[in-house]
This record gives sequence, structure tokens and C-alpha cells, in this order.
Amino acid sequence: MATKDELGRRGEDLAVDYLRGTGLVVLSRNWRCRDGELDVVATDSTRLVVCEVKTRSGTAFGEPAEAVSRQKAARIRRVTQAWLAAHQVRWCEIRFDVVAIVAPPGGEVTLQHYESAF
Amino acid sequence: MPLARAWSVALYGVDGRLVEIEADIGLGLPGVHLVGLPDASLHESKDRVRAAVVNSGRTWPNRRITLALSPATLPKAGSGFDAALACAVLAACGEVAQGELDGTVLIGELALDGRLRSVRGILPSLLAARRSGARRVVIPAETLHEASLVDGLEVVGAARLNDVLGWLRGDQKLPGPPPLTVVPPDEPPDLADVVGQKSGRLALEIAAAGGHHLMLVGPPGTGKTMLAQRLVGLLPELAADEALQIAAIRSVAGRLPVTGPLSLTPPFVAPHHSSSVAALVGGGSGLPRPGAVSMAHRGVLFMDEAPEFGPHLLESLRTPLEEGEVRLARAAGSVRYPAHFQLVLAANPCPCAPAHNRDCTCPPTVRRRYLGRLSGPLLDRVDLRAELLPVTALSGLDLEPGESTSAVRARVLAARAAAQDRWAEHGWRTNSEVPGPALRTRFRLSTSVVAPLEQGLREGRLTARGSDRALRLAWTLSDLAGRDRPDEAMVAAAMRFKEQQVA
Repeated sequence: MATKDELGRRGEDLAVDYLRGTGLVVLSRNWRCRDGELDVVATDSTRLVVCEVKTRSGTAFGEPAEAVSRQKAARIRRVTQAWLAAHQVRWCEIRFDVVAIVAPPGGEVTLQHYESAF
Repeated sequence: MPLARAWSVALYGVDGRLVEIEADIGLGLPGVHLVGLPDASLHESKDRVRAAVVNSGRTWPNRRITLALSPATLPKAGSGFDAALACAVLAACGEVAQGELDGTVLIGELALDGRLRSVRGILPSLLAARRSGARRVVIPAETLHEASLVDGLEVVGAARLNDVLGWLRGDQKLPGPPPLTVVPPDEPPDLADVVGQKSGRLALEIAAAGGHHLMLVGPPGTGKTMLAQRLVGLLPELAADEALQIAAIRSVAGRLPVTGPLSLTPPFVAPHHSSSVAALVGGGSGLPRPGAVSMAHRGVLFMDEAPEFGPHLLESLRTPLEEGEVRLARAAGSVRYPAHFQLVLAANPCPCAPAHNRDCTCPPTVRRRYLGRLSGPLLDRVDLRAELLPVTALSGLDLEPGESTSAVRARVLAARAAAQDRWAEHGWRTNSEVPGPALRTRFRLSTSVVAPLEQGLREGRLTARGSDRALRLAWTLSDLAGRDRPDEAMVAAAMRFKEQQVA
């Protein structure tokens, strides 16, 4: 596995632990369909929380949260529709979050959670 | 505190408006959203401000930041809001206390490394800030000299964003404006340098005394340009408010000299005949900038080789000549610049222009067409026409030495003082500003005195406006002669000056 995928995997594990810590129940991880992938799908028992996890080893190329562009947000919305259809969930409130993780090699890991990011 | 305010100034021509900048840190993905009709250069300030804040060693809040410029309906342009935007953001994330920003206006562009760069139009911005009741203003240190013209306002100059922040917190002192230095007027070229040209000198003296527009026609090398350049030396010094107006125009044009911004010498502007309309009356992309007519406000606009100017250039002068200001409307908004200038036109009698008219080789039609390029409506606004004769001797007994500038200036100032006394209660400064109806009703001359005008009108040698202009000229002649009102001979002389056949 490439280093960057490993980093992403590690970040997602961190994010899931964190989200569980805030009281969310994780329903799916890395759910894929033709249109793309959802990193984490969870619920706080009243609404669905779709979470994009972005991990970077440093901020030299910008903050990780900045990498969530308008197009990416649109794709996540589209994939969420597919997820809802696949799991036969009808009407529900959905929240889109971003978890940004900076994990410099050998340094301290920081995690920032943007609720209702888009 | 997630919400903060800072203040800056938006300029529209030489008029400024106070702009309130609100910064809000809210939910959502990190990013900066600028609202309130910013133009392209202001949109780019998002990136400039962020880099400047980070490079000044401060933390940029990694959140969704909304910046609102109010009044929201006014289009805003330029980079002068950077300093205020940076301080609003830093106040919103708690690095600066809001109380320190209240009543403070911040002006200046930020460099990426956190330096505060100068912007155009500091002087009118300061005047606007004072008018809107601001207590203190921070401007780029390089522009402090402009601030010495404004009193009743605490103005400080900062070189870097960190200086501004330190000063806001009270940790650091910033320099105030240097003491006001008034430029001692340059020694103007002396009228005594001009050889001969009795009629030209006389016309120049009359034009200076009454503020009349002047046209000089004559073969090349007879001193048209020399005479025109000596007109400024004959004019009185500018009043304080006029000097400030000119300084404001120069500040907007970015042409205020660093050493001694306030000049009491009336400006002399001589655009080349290849100038564009935008250079002449003002223009440019976005909000228009002042042109030559505004740079010549309260001074002299000299158009050498007037027939060489394109017809659209000459015609564009007609409205400012009549109204004393230009209003320029563009998509981004319309601005108004004062343009109260004295026009001096100089022209050769024909394209070939030999030293003596009798040697002219131009066909009659070419000759007629050459000065015909100056349109009737434009020439109708010129009160005085003087024909310069070829100089036949540079030395000798028949050549009496010309009077010096100081001697002529004394007469001009006396005549101007007389005119000002007479018109003071009506708010006119010179004879050329008096409206025609007033000359014909309240300050009416007796029938016998205006007889030459009546005859001229009847014979069609004079238009109605032309006769008003001749009347104004007659008043100037009487002021120069020290009389209290013109007599018949003066009216007749004025008419001759007005309609003197050129070419």
C-alpha cells in the first residue's frame, strides 16, 4: 500500500474513534459505489451524519479541510443519495461533516471537526 | 468574539465614504467570503490579507470567515481596505480588542510579508474620515506627508501590519504627520524675457486680470508658448481651500509630491496634442481618474498647437469649460471632478506657417480649414483672441524692453481685487464667472455705452453669448484702468478683442 493510502487509512481510524467518542454510531466505512466513496456514514440517532475524512502529513500544501472543494462536496452529496437508496432509507435529516487531520511524521496529530461543513 | 468591525474609506473621485467592515467567523468549511460589491482587486485582497497576517506571525483563523463591506450597495474598488480587513478578522478571533478599533479608520494595502503599502487618494480619504466623525486614522507611513494637510484628526503612519496591531493595543507609538511645509512658489519665468509682442502681453494681462480664456495666434517662434507659460506668474496665489482641492485631485491621481504637498502656485498643465480623451478629461478602467482638465483646476490649461488636437478632444472640453467640473459615468459608478480652469489655446495661422504671413504657400482652402478645426462653439467660449506679429528685431532702439512679471502682476492683482470687491456679495471671484443675465440686469450699463454691442448683434457679427463675453471683458478692462464701470471705448475694445479676425 502506498504511504498516502496508509496515512489516509490511519486518519480514518482516528476519525472513527473520535466520532464514536462524541456519541455517534458508525453505520458504514469506506462505502463505495460507481460515483465514489463515503469515508464514514454514522448517525446520532436523529439524523444521518456523512463524514469526509481528510488527512495530511503537513500543511505545506494547505490545510486539509481546504481540499474539500465544491466539486468534492457535490460528489459526496450524490454518493449519499446512492447510499440512501442502497440501504432503503427514505426521508431523514442529513448532516455533512468534515474531519481534518494533520499527522506530521513523528509529530503530534491534530484533529479538527467541522460540523455541518456544507 | 466571532464578530468584529473595522472602518475604512472608499473613494469616488475626490469624494470619500466611510465603509464599515464586518468580519464574522461561523460554521462551515474554512474559507473567506467577501461580500458588498467588491471589484477584482478587492477580491484578491482575501489572499493578500491572509498571507500578510500569517507572515506577520499571527494565526489566521482556520474557519469560515464572512467579510461584509457596508454600505453594501456601493461598488468598492481597490486595495486600500486590506489593513481594515486584516484587523477585522484578527478582532473577530480575539487577537485585537473591538474597543480599540472603534472610531479608528484603517487605510492601506498589505504586502504579502505584512508591510503596509501606500494607496492613492489618502488626502481625500482623510477628509472623508474627518467628515464622518472618525477619531483617529492609520495610513501607510509612506503617505504621511499627505496627512499634514488635515487637522482635527489623529493620524499616524504605520510601516507594517504588526506596527498597527501594536499601536492598537497601546504597546507601541507610531509617528504622526510631519509639520506642514508649503512649497515656496518656484520663480516663474519672467515676462520680460518675451521680446516685443505688445498686443500679446496686453491680452495676457487682461486674461490674467479677469480669468478669461485666451487664444494666441501667430507664426512659429513669436512667443506664443513663452507668453502662455508666463500666465501662471501673473495669477494670484491660491486660497487655502483651492490649494487643498488641488492637492486632493493630485492625491487621487497619485501625483502629490512627497516634499511639500501643498502648493500655492496655480497649476499649469500642457497636454500634448496626441493625448487621449481619457487623459484630457479623466477616465480609465474601473472608477475614472482625473484628467488634465482637473489637474489644471484653478490654474491654466494650455493647449499648444490647438488645431492639431483631434476634434473629439476639443469638443470634450466644452462641458467642463461651461460647468467648471466633469462628471464621468462608467459601469462601476460615476464620479465628479472639479475642473475650473483657464484655457489658453495657441495656434499657427496655417499649416506651412512662415515667419511672415505674406510668404504663406498654403492654398486658401487649406488655410481656412486649418483654424476651422477649432469649432465655432469652442471659439465662442474664448473671450480673448490675440494675434502675434512676427518679431522683426531682437535688439535695437525701436525695441523697448518689456515689462517684468512683477510690474504686470501688481496691476493684475489690483484689478482682481476691484472685481472681487464688486462681486463678493454674489459669490463670484472673477469677471469671467459672472453670469450673463446679471451683467444685463443688475449691473446693466447705459444704452450709449453698450451701443457698439447692439450694433454688432444687429449686424450679426456677434452672438448673444459673445456679447455677454464682451461685456465681461469690458468690466475687466475698466478694472485694469481703475474705473468703477466700463465706458463706450472699453466696450468697443472688448468687442475687438472678442472678434479679432484670426488668420
